Amino acid sequence: MNFILEAFKQAFYLIVNLDRELLTIICLSLEVSGGALLIAAITGIPIGAFAGLKKFYGRQAVLTILNTFMGLPPVVVGLFLYLLLSRSGPFGFLSLLYTPTAMVIAQSILAFPIVAALTHSACVKVDSNVRLAAKTLGATSLQITLTVIREARYGIIAAVVAAFGRVMAEVGSILIVGGNIAGYTRVMTTTIALETDKGNFELAMALGIILLLISFAINFVLFSFQKKGVIKHQWL
Amino acid sequence: MALNLVISKIKKFYNGKEVLKDCSFSFDKSGIYVLMGPNGSGKSTLLRICALLEQPDTGEVNYFEDNKALQNDLNLMRRITLVLPNIGAFNTTVFKNIAYGLKIRGMKREEIKERVEKALDFVGLLHKKNQNALTLSSGEIKRMGIARAIVLEPEILFLDEPTASVDTENTKIIEDIIIQLKKNRNSIVIMSTHDTSSAKRAGDFVLFLNDGKLVS
Repeated sequence: MNFILEAFKQAFYLIVNLDRELLTIICLSLEVSGGALLIAAITGIPIGAFAGLKKFYGRQAVLTILNTFMGLPPVVVGLFLYLLLSRSGPFGFLSLLYTPTAMVIAQSILAFPIVAALTHSACVKVDSNVRLAAKTLGATSLQITLTVIREARYGIIAAVVAAFGRVMAEVGSILIVGGNIAGYTRVMTTTIALETDKGNFELAMALGIILLLISFAINFVLFSFQKKGVIKHQWL
Repeated sequence: MALNLVISKIKKFYNGKEVLKDCSFSFDKSGIYVLMGPNGSGKSTLLRICALLEQPDTGEVNYFEDNKALQNDLNLMRRITLVLPNIGAFNTTVFKNIAYGLKIRGMKREEIKERVEKALDFVGLLHKKNQNALTLSSGEIKRMGIARAIVLEPEILFLDEPTASVDTENTKIIEDIIIQLKKNRNSIVIMSTHDTSSAKRAGDFVLFLNDGKLVS
């Protein structure tokens, strides 16, 4: 029991003293996950909105794939990406394996279906009268689409936040394609795994606390947006 | 010369049932046309077809100006407006809801502010301009819907059941707004209702839609 308390004490010491190694790891984690999220949002929001607003051939298949991929096992993504990026793989010439870029790609693949599928769901939930009202007020097709997306904004933000939560906590794929190189590709989750293996619980514990705080913050933001999005007609 | 609407031999089927049967009429005089009929008689369908939101299965909807037929395009859509029974309020402030139509037309901010405030004052909602539209009462939402339409100064305004699901007090307010609208503007208002007293108070011309047939 004592070693747990000691680990906690040391962890708080590292956090309070803004330990350099700790900060480097946190910054890299945020950079990688932030980059992945940006890519997922740029691609996922338009695709999700398109699937939610337009009827096209194969729409159901696209939605089924997106929903299935929301639960993609990270290690499987890591494995496939490893095969693609390894020297003998089709993209080996890019020399991306064991770089933060490879980690961003891996996390983007994991975040994209979450953003796209939840954006689709948010757009579908928008009251059909909103669309019709925009039309009666003289909106063009593009303006109607943008209006619906704006109405779904809280759901879309919640989708992005949920994807951020998923990639921040992810370890399997980035460990495979990032390699956990100290000061270069070592992020919070991979450090926790490594340091626990080594028996260095202080750093692992400190990162665990930070990760939990980030998770709390994400959930708080998510809850706030979900709450804002559920203002409903009181009478109609 | 003002915009006129002529519908001829409109037919519409839903699930094999003929909802509208050869409906023809010419809306060529300014004033309030009240379209009456029991629930499910096809009033909303006819209004949607007239407002170019739906296509009839057969028949024609034509808009004329100076005896020339106009094309059913965005330009024409922006000269007419329909207020739906469920107005489709946007999840934002009352002000932004009403400003929407002006904003998408690229109007300047100062002019938008002036026109929106005037419209809000007209329907008695100026004091609620910064409130989220989804928190308004049903009567207030209906009034906001009317303000959102009249701020665009449409040449033909369609009102689909403007007093449905509204309390007596708000019904009176809405009817007053419609009557005032007639006094202020020389345009055509086509309103559907199943309320005889509303029709008597507000209407200049009364049309009946019964069993899919339109009778003046």
